[in-house]
Amino acid sequence: MSFYAEIAKLRTFDFEAFFERVGEKDVAAALAKDRLNYLDYLTLLSPAAALHLETIAQKAHQVTIRQFGRTMLLFTPLYLANYCVNQCVYCGFQVHNRLARKRLSLAEVEAEAKVIAQTGLKHILVLTGESRTDSPVAYIRDCVEVLKQYFTSVSIEVYPLETEEYVELASAGVDGLTIYQETYDETAYAELHPAGPKRNYRFRLDAPERGCQAGLRTVSVGALLGLSEWRRDAFFTGLHADYLQRRYPDVEISISPPRMRPHLGGYQPRYQVTDKDLVQYVLAFRLFMPRSGITLSTRESAVLRDHMVKLGITKMSAGVSTSVGGHTQGETVGQFQISDERSVADIARMLYNQGYQPIYKDWQAL
Amino acid sequence: MQDLLRLGGKELTSRLFLGTGKYSSNKVIPAVVAASGAQVVTVALRRVDTAFEEENIVSYIPKDCILMPNTSGARNAEEAIRIARLARAAGCGNWVKIEVISDNRYLLPDNIETIKATEVLAAEGFVVLPYTSPDLMVAKRLASAGAAAVMPLGAPIGSNRGLKTKELIRIMIEEISLPIIVDAGIGRPSEAAEAMEMGAAAVLVNTAVATADDPVAMARAFGMAVAAGRTAYLAGPSAVRSFAEASSPLTGFLRDE
Repeated sequence: MSFYAEIAKLRTFDFEAFFERVGEKDVAAALAKDRLNYLDYLTLLSPAAALHLETIAQKAHQVTIRQFGRTMLLFTPLYLANYCVNQCVYCGFQVHNRLARKRLSLAEVEAEAKVIAQTGLKHILVLTGESRTDSPVAYIRDCVEVLKQYFTSVSIEVYPLETEEYVELASAGVDGLTIYQETYDETAYAELHPAGPKRNYRFRLDAPERGCQAGLRTVSVGALLGLSEWRRDAFFTGLHADYLQRRYPDVEISISPPRMRPHLGGYQPRYQVTDKDLVQYVLAFRLFMPRSGITLSTRESAVLRDHMVKLGITKMSAGVSTSVGGHTQGETVGQFQISDERSVADIARMLYNQGYQPIYKDWQAL
Repeated sequence: MQDLLRLGGKELTSRLFLGTGKYSSNKVIPAVVAASGAQVVTVALRRVDTAFEEENIVSYIPKDCILMPNTSGARNAEEAIRIARLARAAGCGNWVKIEVISDNRYLLPDNIETIKATEVLAAEGFVVLPYTSPDLMVAKRLASAGAAAVMPLGAPIGSNRGLKTKELIRIMIEEISLPIIVDAGIGRPSEAAEAMEMGAAAVLVNTAVATADDPVAMARAFGMAVAAGRTAYLAGPSAVRSFAEASSPLTGFLRDE
């Protein structure tokens, strides 16, 4: 099985016609349900539903509190290496961009870990570019061995791996996987990834499922908003999450709705995704999958992040650097420019001020 | 004579157990526990961080309470066993609430894995309180595996739906000699009182208190409801009748001869 077959079933689905048909009654009917099906989800993503955002927000807020309480899990990304062989036209680390390439030594990884751990965080997400030569699985595994002495949960956001490689990293102490499809639109995907191993749409699409099969505890999917029409990518992200959760009920499936940010190379997103669009997406997904985590990164502004605390989000990054060695060696060119530069303590304070508890530790490595 | 709940070698006067997840701040927990009168407080080991005193949930649990770590996050017996052992090693005592959930959609417990974990942990000297879907045969297996109590769900965790499984829990109360503690799903004090009137030994509440607008007041309400339900149970409520009793009975003319 593959989620690819599910996408194929919807290849002839007329989104525009569906959105034209959706009216206020359909939105109200979807909102009245306890369990939404995929068409209810699409209804809540529709332009018609955008007119009822406050009503949707109230329900999504209640559902989130019931499922997660007034809590927010905090984590931070750690960039291990920025070597990359891909040519993603929208990414600062792509092979043709001229920037100092670097890979942290294990001693440097430990130095970064110490600085981050002092903030109290226990969840770390490690990232690399795609280079099996410069940041091979064995290197990632060695880094994980160092990091698990400082953190109780180590997740990876690296190039797509084979199932056995996920198993290898899981046995080294990795418990979570984040991998974004960037866009579910196969044609747009081909244009945005003109060369390199990332051109393989299906291998990337099936990576989250391989992670589930490898026994990872949490798997997060998403699309990079701005690369294609957002409503469709939001819809397929939700379907992907639902597909995985049904087949792998013991894995915590979550999503992230990252939006394009300025970066080296200066690609301008083809599609605009407004704050309102982003909020609508998060709310609709919350009602579609009440139990799933939703992560909001520092790509978004402090003001927007503060407001979205009560809009279905369950996980936030804090104290972020997107450059390799950024916590100990000063900031260099990052993968993208972050928008919310606040420290972990600042974010914790903001959460407490809103009546939310920052959660530093939500897993115990076994 | 004082009505005591005997569990794991302890004698408890309160029959309300509290969970500690979902609060807007750990700082509210001491006041919540005090208002509820609870003597047993459960905490997820996954959230315990002994290295971070200020944010460590255990720092906020009153010292005179029994700490009952739970195995939240365990997907099978093996993980639950490891979490229980880690909890004991971390100084959290020898009580453990076993929670094995392999279904993230409904958060329903895996009874079979729960039985396996109970067998191992009871043999290791833990006071084992397994969280289960209400099933009489499973409860019997848990009893023979050495569980100290059985904790059936009233409704799925966090759902606040109340005693949806009432009839199954009633049968467990009648047939199982261990304390039956209703855990999960109770959304209102009246539902907690109902469980106690039925003969439940105790109830465990988390979401309904933690997510109330005023958790301290709600904790107090639950404490009173549990005590009221227990008192009513001990008072022996008169039987519920399906029909009103006629004041001019049809058989009133019959006389003892």
